[in-house]
Amino acid sequence: MTLQAYLTLAAMLFCIGLFGVLTRRNTIGILLGIELMLNAVNINLVAFARFLGDVSGMIFTVFTICITVAEVALGLALVILIYRIRRTAVADHLDLLRG
Amino acid sequence: MSLESVAFWALAVVLLASALAVVLTRNLFHSVLYLALALTATAGVFLSLDAEFLAAIQLLLYAGGVVTIVVFAIVVTERLVGDRITQTSRQIAAGLGIAGALLVAILAIFRRAPLTVPRPAVSGDLTRAIGQSLLTTYVLPFELLGVLFLAALVGALYFARPDE
Repeated sequence: MTLQAYLTLAAMLFCIGLFGVLTRRNTIGILLGIELMLNAVNINLVAFARFLGDVSGMIFTVFTICITVAEVALGLALVILIYRIRRTAVADHLDLLRG
Repeated sequence: MSLESVAFWALAVVLLASALAVVLTRNLFHSVLYLALALTATAGVFLSLDAEFLAAIQLLLYAGGVVTIVVFAIVVTERLVGDRITQTSRQIAAGLGIAGALLVAILAIFRRAPLTVPRPAVSGDLTRAIGQSLLTTYVLPFELLGVLFLAALVGALYFARPDE
């Protein structure tokens, strides 16, 4: 397959993830959308690394995957904390800082 | 049509369909299961790019780790609230507009600058190359990653600790 096919696939995946982030009300749902977007970026990195014959892109992917796992662990801990305090996971209800 | 392109298109269809299911299903738990499918399909895409090591990491950390954590979070929050989490979407038209516009823009860029890079043959063992650069050129970020993991795990434990 050509590089363009992989990039197009990643672009579609990114836009689907973006749609999820923009439209989901639940904070966990928003996190899932972010996961999809990060996956699209990973596909791009690996595709460029493979087609340009440079392994750096794959190293970057190792880092993004690991950092994403840390991010999800922390993000979900925050979600659970907010659930305990506010009894909600709907992002629109988290308006403590509204003046 | 070669076997390689058949595999690519099959993976692409599974990946995009499960990604759409992630953002459209009402049941949050089903959403996570579709995410697991999407992540596994992504591992397949990595395999088709000759990145076996990354496919393994993807399966272990993403499809194994992330999905487990999210399932746990859903179970815990459902128990705290005491009812099912149904999730609704809002501003679908606006979201569709923004995401669609971005997709059209990206595809227009691809059309204007066609990237006709030939796919080079695999030079040596990619996994060996990744391991060698991780422990030579990128050793400092690699160690920092360990510190980051420790900080993230301690932080997550701190946030999610039971109330005294």
